[in-house]
Amino acid sequence: MTLAAVDAVDRFEHAWAAQRREKRRAVALGAVVLTVCVAASAWMAEVNVRNLVDGIPGAFDYIWRTVPVLRIETFRTDMAEWYWGFGKWSKLLFETVVVAGLATLLAFAIAYVACFPASANLNPNGWSVWIVRRALEVARAVPTLVYALIFVFAFGLGALPGMLAVMVHSAGALGKLFAEVNENVDPRSVEGVQAAGASWWQTMRYGVSPQVMPNYASYALLRFEINVREAAVLGFVGAGGIGEELLLAVRQFIYPEISAIVLMIVATVAVIDIVCERLRTRLMGGANRA
Amino acid sequence: MTAPHTSTSALPGSAEIAALRARHPGAFGASPAIRARRWAAAGAVAAFIVFGLWWVGFSAERIWNGLFKLGWLFQFLFPPSHGGWLLYFLEGMGETLAMAFLGTLLAALGAIPLGFLAARNIVSNRFFHFGVRRSLDGLRGVDALIWALVFVSAVGLGPFAGVMALAMSDVGTLAKLFSEAIENVEREQSEGVRAAGADRATETRFGILPQVLPIFVSNVLYYFESNTRSATVLGVVGAGGIGLALSDRIRINDWDQVCFIVIMILVTVSIIDLLSRILRERLVGKQPLPA
Repeated sequence: MTLAAVDAVDRFEHAWAAQRREKRRAVALGAVVLTVCVAASAWMAEVNVRNLVDGIPGAFDYIWRTVPVLRIETFRTDMAEWYWGFGKWSKLLFETVVVAGLATLLAFAIAYVACFPASANLNPNGWSVWIVRRALEVARAVPTLVYALIFVFAFGLGALPGMLAVMVHSAGALGKLFAEVNENVDPRSVEGVQAAGASWWQTMRYGVSPQVMPNYASYALLRFEINVREAAVLGFVGAGGIGEELLLAVRQFIYPEISAIVLMIVATVAVIDIVCERLRTRLMGGANRA
Repeated sequence: MTAPHTSTSALPGSAEIAALRARHPGAFGASPAIRARRWAAAGAVAAFIVFGLWWVGFSAERIWNGLFKLGWLFQFLFPPSHGGWLLYFLEGMGETLAMAFLGTLLAALGAIPLGFLAARNIVSNRFFHFGVRRSLDGLRGVDALIWALVFVSAVGLGPFAGVMALAMSDVGTLAKLFSEAIENVEREQSEGVRAAGADRATETRFGILPQVLPIFVSNVLYYFESNTRSATVLGVVGAGGIGLALSDRIRINDWDQVCFIVIMILVTVSIIDLLSRILRERLVGKQPLPA
């Protein structure tokens, strides 16, 4: 081997060793930070080995107790006993879905109006972009349940404050997503509509809207799925839907009722997820073909 | 195309327009059938909104009274004040972060074996795959707040119930995302490692892990962000964190403190988002977020 080649190998070895050292140091540092975070959180959240050893079996025991007694010979009566409140629960679950659907539609309308002024490429007026954006940010930053607590105080118990809470939070979330979609809009059709003499709103309606509608609809369907889940727990704070019955069952330790209601919620959420997924695939497929 | 009427200056006459309309009806607006369908869809949506508003007990009077009350309490929001509870609020916020962190960590630890079990290229039995996937979906369908309610009842009030609730509600989602990442690995890399003489463990370590680890880490960080948001409200059902203080303050009408806590939550959440984004970009580069 020539001297030059030996030198090159040598340099490679050195560089490799240096990189390895660096990588090891980074991994060690990461491990230390992670350990410190785990220790600090465990201390803050009062999680320790004894808690885990006692708590986890206790939790699974609790879940096990919610499993109903179903015998093959008396299956029908057992089922009837397990789901004794089926009619009442279905009605409340229906309310939950109605609340989620209504809130999503109204939030869609609000977000549709708000997203055009919130897109910097469509709205030439800088300060109004800023104001609308901040408003949307505040609307989506506060959790739905916090809105629900406040609205229950203002509007009284029932599904109305729950619907409004979901609506305000979703309007913020959808508005931001819609505005992001708007930023990527094709300017040619916007300019075309403008050249034909359209006003600003007409430009939005005929130049922007047709391009982005499939994306909007897809986001709205996703939001609807999330909203069904959120609406199901609004009853915990008195804002309507199935949540209140679940809260009662848990508070009164009526174990089989807990599993009955939770399974109904899971089934509803699953059906809605599947339907929305289908619709979304069709929408996006149509958008790609167009 | 050769069109006789495209003489440069004159607009097409009405006869030509009629001819064009007959040839290309689509270019002149939607056909009556499509229009009827659009009107029907709009009508259905309007009918649903009217029905929904009726169902939730909407009335102008109720909205008016509610807005009046909101306006009334709005003046009590400002200036926000901690009312001497600053330390208590900070402790609650710390507890919230700790719950989110440990809950995400536990969920991730549980999701790794479950993710491998649910990956089609690891366990190829179709019934097993179907069963695991559907169970994970079931876990996913239950909101963290429902788990919190159940765990508060099972292990008592406090942040431990919140940690368990977050872990349970995320383990399904993370396992599903992990299994998808595992299913999408490129086989060339692990084949290359095997061709260099690696055994099965070495092959997994150097052929598969480098491909899936960035996706795992990215998803876990994203769920840490989302859990920080969720953890702020778990206290409403007694599962620790700032939510307890928040719902108490709302119940006893200490609106300036409510405002203070909400601002605290917003600031904390945006700091966590920022840190997590920086960390994610440093660890795995820019990646699209999971939907």
